[in-house]
Amino acid sequence: MTSRRIESFVGHGALILGALIALYPFVSIVRHALGPAAGSNAAGPFTLENFTRAWVGGGFSHSLVSSAIVAVGVVVVTGAIASLAGYAMAMLDVPWRGAIMGVLLIGLVLPAEARIVPLYDMFEGWGLLNTYWAIILPQIASSFSLSTMWMTTYYSALPKELTESAAVDGANSWKAFTRIVFPLGSSALATLSCLIFLYTWNEFLLALVLLPQNPAVQTAPLSLSFFAGAERNTQPEVIAAAAVLVALPVVIAYAFLQRRFIQGLTEGAVKG
Amino acid sequence: MSLGHRDVAAPEKRRVAGRALRSRPATRRAHRLRTTAWLYLLPGFAFYGAFSLWPLIETFQYSFYKWDGITAAKWVGLKNYIKIFTSEDALSTFAHAFTFILFYAAIPVVVGLVIVGVMTRVRIRLLGLLRTVLFIPQILAMVVVAVAWRWIYAESGPINAALEAIGLDSWTRAWLGDFKTALPAVGLIGTWVMYGLCMVLFIGGSQKIPRDLYEAAKLDGAGPFQEFMAVTLPGLRGEISVALILTVTAALRNFDIVWNTTSGGPGNATLIPSYLIFEGAFVTRQVGYAAAASVVLTTLILLLTGGIQALLRQRK
Repeated sequence: MTSRRIESFVGHGALILGALIALYPFVSIVRHALGPAAGSNAAGPFTLENFTRAWVGGGFSHSLVSSAIVAVGVVVVTGAIASLAGYAMAMLDVPWRGAIMGVLLIGLVLPAEARIVPLYDMFEGWGLLNTYWAIILPQIASSFSLSTMWMTTYYSALPKELTESAAVDGANSWKAFTRIVFPLGSSALATLSCLIFLYTWNEFLLALVLLPQNPAVQTAPLSLSFFAGAERNTQPEVIAAAAVLVALPVVIAYAFLQRRFIQGLTEGAVKG
Repeated sequence: MSLGHRDVAAPEKRRVAGRALRSRPATRRAHRLRTTAWLYLLPGFAFYGAFSLWPLIETFQYSFYKWDGITAAKWVGLKNYIKIFTSEDALSTFAHAFTFILFYAAIPVVVGLVIVGVMTRVRIRLLGLLRTVLFIPQILAMVVVAVAWRWIYAESGPINAALEAIGLDSWTRAWLGDFKTALPAVGLIGTWVMYGLCMVLFIGGSQKIPRDLYEAAKLDGAGPFQEFMAVTLPGLRGEISVALILTVTAALRNFDIVWNTTSGGPGNATLIPSYLIFEGAFVTRQVGYAAAASVVLTTLILLLTGGIQALLRQRK
């Protein structure tokens, strides 16, 4: 009995310590961002003027919008094409199914590093470097494997009677998909969307390579990287405020949808 | 099998019967359905093929050329690869990547397992809240993480302040700028990003292990350690495999954190393969060499993730 008490005490202590350490860096930049910068004439210990300066001086009013456009574009298109592909993989008789799965698996572990050089040349050749296309199209491709496997797993678990009865009623595969399967998959699609939103919002390397010269379309993490690099030793409080701004949309989404995020991140890796 | 032919109870029997009874019109119908199935895959594979598979093939092709990105490329066979495997600088980037595996993968997995080892015998309180907080490092952009840690490691940051407070002034330094500490300092950021994920994965997995296995172990007179080795560890095979694949891949890539903390410095102390690829392709314009480095990195990731999966495959 007492040994179990000690275990409970030690275990909870370790978990709480772990949680505090997980929390500390973010809390510290928030506190940093709210504190007055050198030369500030703010009245109290807390001020929002660092956020104003980051918003204006760092161009984050543009880059947060760019990030939102990119994320919405990638989430919507990937969700659509992965639902279609997942439906075929789970419920239709796809020829060479195993081979297709194998090809999809490549995308699951393929690092961005393996394709940035040709992607750069490709978009340069098309004159699309430094445009939204250059960042949206490759990210749809990188999300496709995980998303298709995710939807395939979910659709495979649906009771077969549903589509069977639809077939008996004379519905073709498209009708069965749009009327029955797709609506039933909306919860899985919502979790998947959280996951893709997270990956897309936080992406850095592709943005650095494909959007370096156009502040109008730069995503928030890229702007933050440039801003923090350029102002390194001068305005730490403003950089902290910028970092909070970049993290805020994801943190807010996480606060409301934490279950979906955690489920996505822990199960997303298990697919396939 | 078409939609209508699906039968949960006896798919095999149905398939055989269907084949025997299939008349010519039915075959035509099946053929049409198979073509339809391809149509659903087409849009996705158009994106995937154009922006993932094709660039991958091109990277492989580039890796056999010497090319500055502007003038005509020249076939050099395996020269780029030989250069990677014989140059000390390139090899050191891979050595750094393997050091990061220790920090990104080994430490978080061990920490997670120790916690689970202690916690399987007790009911966990506040699990939902703890899980939410432990996951925070996973949702933040690595650029944000880098900004936060740059401040923690700074000369006037909290680590040095703590050391001064306990009289260890001589230990203080700019942790990311010091040749001796830069690599482990960057590595520990990775540990911070990954340990919460490992804990949450393992705690979730351990709760799915049937309780009676523990009862049986206890009846056999197993102590806490034997119980962990005999019940908990085998029960977590799947979760350990997932955790290792995620963390090892992150350790080998690791571009975002390095770029935004040390930029590979001081000197080459934290230079990693991703950096080699980026610099080769876009700074020094040795495109073929950069492509060869990507092929080596990708192969390494494929081998390690494949190996982990094969080793920890769950028995069904």
